[in-house]
Amino acid sequence: MMPFDVLTSLAIPLPEDNIDTDIILPARFLLHTEKTGLGRFAFAERRARPGFVIDDPRHAGAAILVAGANFGCGSSREQAAWALLDLGIRCVIAPGFGEIFAGNAISNGLLPLALPVPAWRHVLAEADAGWPLTVSLVTQSVALVDGETIGFDFDAGAREMMINGWDDISMIRARHAEAIAAFERQQRQDAPWLWDRAMHHG
Amino acid sequence: MRTVAVTAPSTLYHRLWAAHVVAETGAGEALLYIDRMLIHEVSSPQAFAGLRDRGLVPYRTAPHLAVADHAVPTHDRGAIADPQARQQIALLAANCAAAGIEYLPLDDARQGIVHVIGPEQGFTLPGTTIVCGDSHSATHGAFGALAFGIGTSAIECVLATQVLPQKKLKTMRVTIDGVLAPGVGAKDIILTLIGRIGAAGAVGHAIEYVGSTVAALSMEARMTLCNMTIEAGARVGLVAPDATTFAYLAGRPRAPKDAAWDRAVMAWQALRSDADAVFDRDIHLDAAAIAPQVSWGTSPDQVIGIDGAVPGDAGARPLEYMDLAADQGIAGLAIDHVFIGSCTNGRIEDLRAAAGIARGRHVAAGVRAMVVPGSGLVKRQAEAEGLDAIFRAAGFEWRDPGCSLCVAMNDDRLLPGQRCASTSNRNFEGRQGVGARTHLMSPMMAAAAAVTGRITDVRALLA
Repeated sequence: MMPFDVLTSLAIPLPEDNIDTDIILPARFLLHTEKTGLGRFAFAERRARPGFVIDDPRHAGAAILVAGANFGCGSSREQAAWALLDLGIRCVIAPGFGEIFAGNAISNGLLPLALPVPAWRHVLAEADAGWPLTVSLVTQSVALVDGETIGFDFDAGAREMMINGWDDISMIRARHAEAIAAFERQQRQDAPWLWDRAMHHG
Repeated sequence: MRTVAVTAPSTLYHRLWAAHVVAETGAGEALLYIDRMLIHEVSSPQAFAGLRDRGLVPYRTAPHLAVADHAVPTHDRGAIADPQARQQIALLAANCAAAGIEYLPLDDARQGIVHVIGPEQGFTLPGTTIVCGDSHSATHGAFGALAFGIGTSAIECVLATQVLPQKKLKTMRVTIDGVLAPGVGAKDIILTLIGRIGAAGAVGHAIEYVGSTVAALSMEARMTLCNMTIEAGARVGLVAPDATTFAYLAGRPRAPKDAAWDRAVMAWQALRSDADAVFDRDIHLDAAAIAPQVSWGTSPDQVIGIDGAVPGDAGARPLEYMDLAADQGIAGLAIDHVFIGSCTNGRIEDLRAAAGIARGRHVAAGVRAMVVPGSGLVKRQAEAEGLDAIFRAAGFEWRDPGCSLCVAMNDDRLLPGQRCASTSNRNFEGRQGVGARTHLMSPMMAAAAAVTGRITDVRALLA
């Protein structure tokens, strides 16, 4: 995955709650079987009306999106994260996230940064004003132009993975192959019906 | 299940978690073994491609079962008209053939929506971990399985390693007691809960549904309940397995048989929360007080009883999108379309309930109504019971199985401004087609809307 350590960028304000993954990437575009090039379909319905904030020239080149509560709720489609990345977004700051979206984002080096509402409002005001933000996953802080620094919590495991750009699969295969095999040996004894070939092919 | 020495009182969720920990990786973080994965055409192509790019083949093949559901046409499916859908479905078949994973093709009677066929085949079993690249995977939690939706990167991880890094969730107990009134069912319970706690109300939690109402629900009703758990923000919804669960599973094609069955049931009987287990949150619902529910807005928590009105403080955006006004009553609202189906409400009991309302009545003039069974076996069963004849005589379209108008990825799509009474799970903007307006409700309520042409209290039609 693409590492995420420190990002300084303008931020796009989209302070609407419950922006679901159908809004981020409408389902009809899920017929594409590639990960790439989905940015052109992102927010398709919203962008069909002129003046949608994503296309506002004031926010050109912004890599941070400041969104409302429960961002990315709904469907598990990872295409939502891929589409945001394809638009150039590397960090979404919101009061909270749909859980599956947040996991998908982390897997792709897109930082889902949850802030308490007062701090989030402060960040939103800076985004509205057109000031850049600096988000550091290393120091777990957001630095604002007005001099304030806002700390945030992030899962230790996910943080390490994102900062280093590590890949789950390589790490699991390298570190845990024997533990997986041992688990399987035990489960074959404890729950043999889960290992009966006949059961799998009904 | 690994035998885990649990001294402190434990919840069902923690039992399932503990039984699948392969390695602790941090505070409350672990690699969990994944017993089963359901695979469909939309979320898997990039996972198979990623596996190939790594030069890997699936770590195991037997724990996976694949079927196409999201993009499949529900009529005339000999030749799929949409070239993208045709290619996506063909790619799933090819990926599974190359990987050695079992795939149920479109012409197999067992084809259907992933969350319908898993239980139907006995692929879904208590005590297992089950994942799928679909947010409605909590459906399988109705069996006491730790089941949750995942993205494509996680599918690739399961294919490659059979484990997933997970963080332990908090727990929420939803206790539902009392007897449901006639015309009220599991869909109304879950919509009531979502309305009560909000679309993000259970984020970070695993919900366990308990209480006398839940104990009396059929397996299919429990699946409806667990299915929409994600609409309250939680990935995991659970019901402890009981005699109802075992009776449903006995004899299913992939369920254990004979001595293995007896041994499995012994183990499954231990899958419950201790009476003195402590949950992080507790919610209580009185089943007798629940009225048939209808969503009015563009988030599943924007829901009211059929006797209710759009909230006075409703936001401008959902009102504009839905073409409704604050304080407007929901009953009597004219509809253009009716959809009965989906992983929420596409099972035989759902079709029986809808047919009970449709019988001897006719779809109102100007309304288009369709019934999309959740699987080929549901369709076959409905036809054996004559439900298709009831629906056809009443003017409903009788379709082939798939996700259809729940996700509108095939050619079942509504036009801008069309209003639909729908048994599906999401009323998001554009979910049933660009500009389409969705009102979520139960199969009985959707059938009542079909035959009256309006959002109607089904209780008035029960006699």
